[in-house]
Amino acid sequence: MNDVHRVVVTGLGAVTPLGHSAASYWESLKAGASGLGPITLTPANEELTQKIAAEVKSFDPLKHFAERQISTLDRISQFAVVAAREAIAQSGIVFDMPLSVRTATIVGTGVGGQTTHDDSFRRVYIEKRTRVFPLTIPKLMVNAPASQISMACGLRGPAFAVASACASATHAIGLAFQMVRSGAVDCAVTGGAEACITFGTVRGWEAMRVMAPDVCRPFSKDRMGLILGEGAAMMVLEPLERARARGAQILGEVAGFGMSADAADLTAPDQGGMVRAMAGALEDARLAPADVQYVNAHGTGTAANDDTETKALHQAFGAHAQKLAISSTKSMVGHALGAAGALELVATLLAVREGVAPPTIGYLGPDPACDLDYVPNQARALRIDAAMSNSFAFGGLNAVLAVKKFS
Amino acid sequence: MTDVASDVIAIIAKKQRADKPAVEVSDRLEDLGLESLDAVEMIFDLEEKFDIQIPYNANTNNPRTEFETVGDVVKAVEALVAQKNL
Repeated sequence: MNDVHRVVVTGLGAVTPLGHSAASYWESLKAGASGLGPITLTPANEELTQKIAAEVKSFDPLKHFAERQISTLDRISQFAVVAAREAIAQSGIVFDMPLSVRTATIVGTGVGGQTTHDDSFRRVYIEKRTRVFPLTIPKLMVNAPASQISMACGLRGPAFAVASACASATHAIGLAFQMVRSGAVDCAVTGGAEACITFGTVRGWEAMRVMAPDVCRPFSKDRMGLILGEGAAMMVLEPLERARARGAQILGEVAGFGMSADAADLTAPDQGGMVRAMAGALEDARLAPADVQYVNAHGTGTAANDDTETKALHQAFGAHAQKLAISSTKSMVGHALGAAGALELVATLLAVREGVAPPTIGYLGPDPACDLDYVPNQARALRIDAAMSNSFAFGGLNAVLAVKKFS
Repeated sequence: MTDVASDVIAIIAKKQRADKPAVEVSDRLEDLGLESLDAVEMIFDLEEKFDIQIPYNANTNNPRTEFETVGDVVKAVEALVAQKNL
């Protein structure tokens, strides 16, 4: 009905706890590397109970931005712009007129410029200063990553932020996919960004009592919760005809998008909502459950998510669930909240392209409640024609994308 | 009843979902219908009230199995308060 165009991916970019490019991120995922380590980003880290997170390491903004530009960019926007530039460079597109006004910039973020929030609150509440930095507001606003990409890359079409906590990036990419598919725009730069490892945010997550003290072990026995992460991932989406006409390298096809709301508990996951989003993505992509070989799970490593997501996979895929390779790359890069869905879709697209399912690391053995194949600890070569990436957010908001191998 | 006991009961009474007019030390937590977020909020209230740290991870701890009754919670809080005052 809405599918005027097939939508393909022609550029990928990523800034992650496992490398500052899509290629280095992907190589690390395949190697089963861990991006987790001691929290270093907050000035008061020794006061925190939580000691471990997945930080983007050795990120030097001066390598990417002029000094005077840095005062306008929170860490989240720095990640977003660096990832977007990489994706655009790979696509080979030059955004001159009229393409510039026909290109959407849609970026998911859960909590926005938290470093700016934290620093300015520290100034006024702790240091008792009377002034905060002049660009505090435009740095911390949740649309800052979208705005900064639009400005840095000259994208003049529809541009805005999408916020749905841990599903933000997946909702953002899904919307961009729909706009390209329907012909509303001719191109989209889309993804997610988050830089949430600040004193206040970590304290907030400590209060939820859902973080693991050391290691994130999704779907494993003895898992103890999630580990916070950060980063950004962006991609360029365009209609197949356009990519073909300009001889672009096609990295994969986004084929379907499903969304749902639980309308139930604020934080507890809901099997029904998950199933409706997964089934919606399959139907939208015209895929039968048996067509899918790989699922990049939401897989936070909490007791409740992994148990409920496993039940939902059983329900959505029926007997075929047993045959799926399912992994949680959060085991390697933590939970980057509003960026997570984008980091995971990049992993999913490259898994399909290369025929390799990345592993779930830290896996100690089966939990009776999690009885599927989670690709434990070692990547696996696997022919993948179609795959799915799941994102399920606090507030009961679910988003799932389906991708196909481009042929 | 100790002061700690009456404070703990007041905190649990606020979070219960069983609409019991009065919560007593002999009440079983399971019968009070405490859900997972209720437990997290209850533990926060107890920590704030008594200035104690209660180690609790929602993934691995289940207050309904670790503490059978309201009285068990009172005993645990009393022990933490006593430890703090050493």
